[in-house]
Amino acid sequence: MPRLTKGVIVLISGVLVAISLLLKELVGYEIITIVFMLAAACVAGVPVFKKNVGAIRYGIVGIDALVSIAVIGAIIIGEYWEAAVVTFLFILGDYLETRTIEKTRSSIKALLDLAPDKARVKRNGVEKEITPEEVERGDLVIVKPGEKIPVDGIVVEGSAHVNQAAITGESLPVSLGVGDTTFSGTIIESGYLVIRADRVGEDTTFARILQMVEEAQDRKAKTQKFLEKFSRWYTPAIIVLSVIVLFVSGNVVLALTLLVIACPGALVISTPVSIVAGIGNGAKRGVLIKSGEVMEKLGTVRVMAFDKTGTLTVGKPGVTRIKAYGMTEDRLLRIAAVGESYSEHPLGKAIVAKATERLGSIHEVPEQTEILAGMGLKFSLNGVNYYIGNRKLLQDYGIRLDAHENDIASEEAIGRTVVIVGTNDGICGTISIADRVREEAGDLIPRLKALGIEKTVMLTGDNRRTARAIAEEIGLDEHYSELLPEDKARIPEHLRNRYGLIAMVGDGVNDAPALASADLGIAIGGTGSDVAMETADVVLMSPKLSMLTYAVGLSRATVRNMKQNITFALMVVALLLAGVLFQAVNLSFGMLVHEASVLLVIINAVRLLGYGRKVTARSGRS
Amino acid sequence: MTNKIYQLETISCPSCIAKIDGMLKKTEGIFSSEVLFNTSRVKVSFDETRITSEEIRNRIGKLGYKVLGEK
Repeated sequence: MPRLTKGVIVLISGVLVAISLLLKELVGYEIITIVFMLAAACVAGVPVFKKNVGAIRYGIVGIDALVSIAVIGAIIIGEYWEAAVVTFLFILGDYLETRTIEKTRSSIKALLDLAPDKARVKRNGVEKEITPEEVERGDLVIVKPGEKIPVDGIVVEGSAHVNQAAITGESLPVSLGVGDTTFSGTIIESGYLVIRADRVGEDTTFARILQMVEEAQDRKAKTQKFLEKFSRWYTPAIIVLSVIVLFVSGNVVLALTLLVIACPGALVISTPVSIVAGIGNGAKRGVLIKSGEVMEKLGTVRVMAFDKTGTLTVGKPGVTRIKAYGMTEDRLLRIAAVGESYSEHPLGKAIVAKATERLGSIHEVPEQTEILAGMGLKFSLNGVNYYIGNRKLLQDYGIRLDAHENDIASEEAIGRTVVIVGTNDGICGTISIADRVREEAGDLIPRLKALGIEKTVMLTGDNRRTARAIAEEIGLDEHYSELLPEDKARIPEHLRNRYGLIAMVGDGVNDAPALASADLGIAIGGTGSDVAMETADVVLMSPKLSMLTYAVGLSRATVRNMKQNITFALMVVALLLAGVLFQAVNLSFGMLVHEASVLLVIINAVRLLGYGRKVTARSGRS
Repeated sequence: MTNKIYQLETISCPSCIAKIDGMLKKTEGIFSSEVLFNTSRVKVSFDETRITSEEIRNRIGKLGYKVLGEK
């Protein structure tokens, strides 16, 4: 017999059911009607029956075994119509479920499709096309517009606009040039690059993302494990019940109907379908959620602790304020930058960076530069002696701060380091420097609060003043400062005792132990650190803080979706059981409700795939 | 001990998991098995001197699930 596809079998049995319905109405229960009903039951039922013969041999009772028994029973007692409808509904349901369930997994499939499939390398001066797996470390790879970059590596020639959506979820192209890092799976939109391969094949960031997402799908949530246990006793219990009903009441139809509803299908898949849709949605936008359990935790966590440097702040000192006395700000900045041009000090570098950004490159050269360790430096420019540094430096040279003292102190009180610029005649101005808070940190806390995060805490090794200034600026509830790395790992423990489940957010560079010790480690900017990718439970590939609110929102939506599914499925189980026992639900109606409930649960999960779109639309409007 | 992962056609019904898993666990020579619902994969670790990979594929096939690949 040729193997018919599922779809064809559903179609044939559907037509047969329709004909038998017509005959039943027109000619009543004649032989011809019964023949068609039996034919429908056979076309749909034989594949089902065949499937469970194998399973029964191993003593496993699946839903198809129960349906087979119910159908055979129905035929024996002459309920041909019921037999035909039940089998038809069963395979129709199965067919539709397969089609829709594929949809819940579609985001992940789409991600897999982004994998590069070819690479053009230049070996011994000859270009040739090979598979990405054949590329070796150190090979020169040439990538042209419209092509996927097949390796992680460093650009050695050319420049291009690259769409890195596969890695960061960000579809706005970034421009890359010589010395920049490239990621496998990203696409060149315009331009051309020659890349020296650093990581190839399975070692690339993209390959590891794929592997994590693949594994994540089937790491079960706690709820799921519970539901599986529930159904493991529910099914045999109903079977036993149907046998009891059969012997006590002798009602064969009732007993058979019980069998049909014995498998709580919607309940068993209620959780995995939501989880896979949620994980898929995240993966598409550069948020890796490593398991169903992590999804559940992130969806319910109420306390979030943040590492400061590199997470809430940019991680590099920058100029926050320039105040000039008796000259323009630009002039002051230029003088300071000239003086600091050879400085290796982070504060000096921050000044030079600011000057270059604002005034272009500085060409003047300082004369008689003298570095005074712990204080600053002095130099001369166009015959004037300048002093750049802290209070002590200026005091040592007898330059008085006078009226400016208050202003300097108030800047320091909000956590800034003040660099003073003076001449022998007095103060020319001050430049305040601090590690700046990231741009999106401003509305981070209100948005997290809106999503149900009740407590936000910052952990930092930095001094108290700076910590407090930043905590106040962002609006954090608590902060812990002057921590050593080992304290950072200990504090999540302490917070857990006080508040329960806690999430720790960090960049994974110096806070990996803290990420590991929290109930939930969230690494931000995951492409930067291998350790972060491995130890964190949630990895945000992009360094943007907005991805954190997105991830929290997504996980809450997923948990909500899961709960809707579970509530609905439990109600269906209870109503069906009651309906059957009170004989309000017959065989075919029971099957219809069962299959429809499974489908509805899947369709509800599919809604999660649209989660990000809704958020983007909302923020676009406001 | 050998570990293999078999890729099946899309698994959609929840009782498929119990069926495949139950069959594998009762098969001689198989130490452990896990059916991954979302990826439609089956992880099996088995003793190659007692059962071949070919035989495992056959048995899964007999339950009505096509094995598309293995690794």
